[in-house]
Formats: sequence, C-alpha cells, structure tokens
Amino acid sequence: MFVRRGDHLQKILIANRGEIARRIIRTCKRLAIQTVAVYSDADSDLPYIKEADEAIRIGEAPAQKSYMNQDALIDAAIQTKAEAIHPGYGFLSENPAFVRKVEENGLIFIGPDARVVELMGDKVKARETMKAAGVPVVPGSDGPCNSVDAACSAAEALGYPVMLKASAGGGGIGMQLCRNREELSNAFNSNQNRAKAYFGNAAMFVEKAIENGRHIEVQIFADQFGHVVHLFERDCSVQRRHQKVIEESPSPALSEATRKKMTEAAVRAAKAVGYRNAGTIEFIVDEEENFYFLEMNTRLQVEHPVTEAITGLDLVEWQIRVASGEKLPLEQVEITRQGHAIEFRLYAEDPETFLPSPGTLAVWRYPEVPGIRVDTGYGEGSKVTPFYDPMIAKIIAQGNNREEALERALAFFGEMKVEGLKTNQPLFTRLLTASSFKDGQYTTALLKKS
Amino acid sequence: MKHIEATMAGTVLNILVQEGDNVKAGDTVALLESMKMEIPIESNVDGVVSEIKAGSGDFVNEGDVLIVLD
Repeated sequence: MFVRRGDHLQKILIANRGEIARRIIRTCKRLAIQTVAVYSDADSDLPYIKEADEAIRIGEAPAQKSYMNQDALIDAAIQTKAEAIHPGYGFLSENPAFVRKVEENGLIFIGPDARVVELMGDKVKARETMKAAGVPVVPGSDGPCNSVDAACSAAEALGYPVMLKASAGGGGIGMQLCRNREELSNAFNSNQNRAKAYFGNAAMFVEKAIENGRHIEVQIFADQFGHVVHLFERDCSVQRRHQKVIEESPSPALSEATRKKMTEAAVRAAKAVGYRNAGTIEFIVDEEENFYFLEMNTRLQVEHPVTEAITGLDLVEWQIRVASGEKLPLEQVEITRQGHAIEFRLYAEDPETFLPSPGTLAVWRYPEVPGIRVDTGYGEGSKVTPFYDPMIAKIIAQGNNREEALERALAFFGEMKVEGLKTNQPLFTRLLTASSFKDGQYTTALLKKS
Repeated sequence: MKHIEATMAGTVLNILVQEGDNVKAGDTVALLESMKMEIPIESNVDGVVSEIKAGSGDFVNEGDVLIVLD
C-alpha cells in the first residue's frame, strides 16, 4: 500500500502490550501522534494503558483471545478512528493474514507488506529467496522434509549434528538440535506435531548445526522508494534454549572486513525481496568468520534499543515515517555509530531451574546510573502473569567503549532489587564478572554450560 | 480416580501418554508451553490412563485437568 508523501499520521493503535507498547507510545508522544492502547483482563493495571491517549479492553487474558484477536483489534482501530496499527513484536507482527486484514480495512500496517511477511515467515522459502539473491545460507535440506526418512537422508548428506526446524517457526521456537540419526528420528514426529499445533503448519526442514557459532544480526531499513540502508549489527549469541538473553553492538568479535560483507549482504537481501520498513537479517557466523543466513525478521526486534544507543536514532520514529510515505531520513553515509551498548533481558524465571516464575512484583527498584536505559512494562506492584512472555524489563547499558558499558551494567545490577518473583538477575552479575563474557569472545555455547 | 493438572496456564504442546498406559509417579506425561518455556508435567501418583482431557494446541489454565488416571 502506497501512502502519499506528506500525509502525517494522526493516530496509531498499538496492537501489543507492556514494554513495547510503552516504547511506541513514547515516540508517538514526541511526534504529537495520538495513541490507542489495547489491554487484556490480565493487563488492566499496567502503566502503558494510562500513558496512551485512549485505551480499549481487547479481551480475556489468553493471547488468542486478546492481543491476537484480529477482528477485535481492527474493530478497536476503526472505532477509535486510528489510521494505522503498530504491531510491536511477537503476537501478530509477522502474521500475513493480519497485515492483509489491516489493509483491507483501509488502515496502514506499520511494517512491510503481506507478501514479504508471508515469504520471510516461510523459512524454507526464505532460504531459497536468499540463495537466489546471492546471500550465503546455512547448508540445509533442499526444501521441506516430509517424513522421518527424508529428514534423515538430508541430515546424512549434511553431516550431523543438524538442527531440525519448523518452516513456520522462528524466533527460537520450533527447533531442536539432533546429534545423530536416532535423535533425529525420535524428534521428528513430536516436533512436527508441535509445529502443527503451535504454528498451524507441519512443514519441517533440516539445517547443518553450527555449534560454537555467533548469532549476529543486521538491522536494515527500507522505504517505499527502494532505498535500503543498514544500521550495523547486533551480537545476540548469549542465548538459552534459543531465547536471547543479552545482545550488544558492535559485535566484540567481528572483524571490520566481515562486518562490511555482512551489512552489504543484508542490504542486498532486503533489496532482493522488495522490503519496506524495519527488518533484521539474522546470520550465524562460524569460527572462521564465514557467515550464513538464518532467517529474516520482518518486524522491529526486542533488542532494537542497542542499535538506537550506538546510532543515536529512534527506530520507531523511522518506522512511522516510512509507513507515512516518507523516504528514509538518512542516507547510508550519514549513518554512523559511536561507543558500545549492551542489552540485558530481565526474565521472570527461576535462575536455577529456568522454569517461569510469574507473580507480583512486590519490590521493583533500580538506581539511576548514567548511560543506562530501562524499558519495562511493569511497575512496583504489577502482576507478571503466565499468559505472555516472561520478560520484565530490558536494561540497556551504553558507554564510550565496551568496558564502560560493562562497568555501568555491573553498578546497575548491584543495586537493582526485585522481590515477589524470581529473576535471572544472578546470571547477569555472574556473567559481568566472568572472563568468558568480559573478553567478548563468547559463542552461542556460553549458556549451555548453565 | 486421580487427576493430573496443569501446573500453570499455558498451551499444551504434547500429551505423552494414551488411554490404557501405565503411569508411575514421576513420569513426565505432558508438555506445556508457557511464557515461551517448555514445562514438563509429571504425574505424582501411579495409575492407568483412563481419559485424556486436553490435546496439542489447547490453551489450559492452572489447575485444569489434563489426564485422568484410575
């Protein structure tokens, strides 16, 4: 959908909750754009609701009944006369049917078009598209594996270990490492069932597992006129069970030469699919600095503040401008980076068993440390319920260099107090004093030892 | 009759047993997804599965009965 240049958006509905809803509202306020927030019964006391200009109860606690209820969201937008919907991340942000519905109802979807969302959401097709565009991809099965035998043949050709993945998966969900034929045979059916139940699509494929690699992604931005830029990379290798825990920019272990090749490949990839708005190309980088396409995320990512910190740019503002029909605010040569930023995701989980730990944030206090940004959807007294993801807050530490960012983070976590539920705070204090993290030479295997 | 319940709200990933199966205390009989994590549900008693009350993809609340044992 093409928007005439000069059409200034007056009102946006945010189809999300908590931390990201607050973040989007904040930029909208600065741009003098009216906001409509939506909330489920579980979230009625959260701070973001009062920060929006209007708020609509969207449904019962389970996500399918509220934040993923497409008709309810569109009705709310129409009722409040919002012109555009910002989907945030997760929920419906990468659901092509929702993108289509938004547009069919005369609203602007703040993101790429349905065709691209659908293409990149099919991980098998995404790989083929990237290959055709000359972007290196992780060696894998040619197309989907429709049976255990097909998966095992593909795995044998690639060599174990392999990652068994759901084509409709992504974001670390729907994948399992298989070290040999037995593991793959055992995993295939249960993963396929899970894919069918969870994503509504049973297609599976296999990729070579690159262990001890680094997960490094590139932020790109495109406008409707075909301009594409990159905003450097983020190293997201610190993960547990494929869920990111810490992200930083620049990547402490990437050579400038590889950075240049990866950012160029990412721009090439975005151009090849006719991308528009914010996107992230995820790569895995092996020990020889060979890099391979993993997937493309057609939305704003949780860890975008790390990029904002080093570039001084507001990515939500860029999203709104592009969705309004404007061209990209800067050319590539005008985009520079300074210093270092690291984001820590504070999760409501037991630091030993890693089981989720919902509850009430009886105490939630943190110091003001220069260079620290805290993005949170909760306040003291808020309930962290079991219906959504376990993230309580993002803590982004910035400095002139990595050491300064690390020092500031350590000072912050030394004084942050959370009571009423368990969090992974102990992990941060441990990592910030461990040489394996401090020297920046870690890989995706860092938290496997936990 | 004994009930095996969901320990927290979430989505059923897999029910790992069928009617007629023998279950021992401590066996993992189901997997839930909650808050982006996989939660194993264990039986706290011995018994024989007489009824499966939830399936893959169902959203369940804390305390909902998943499996009935004789």
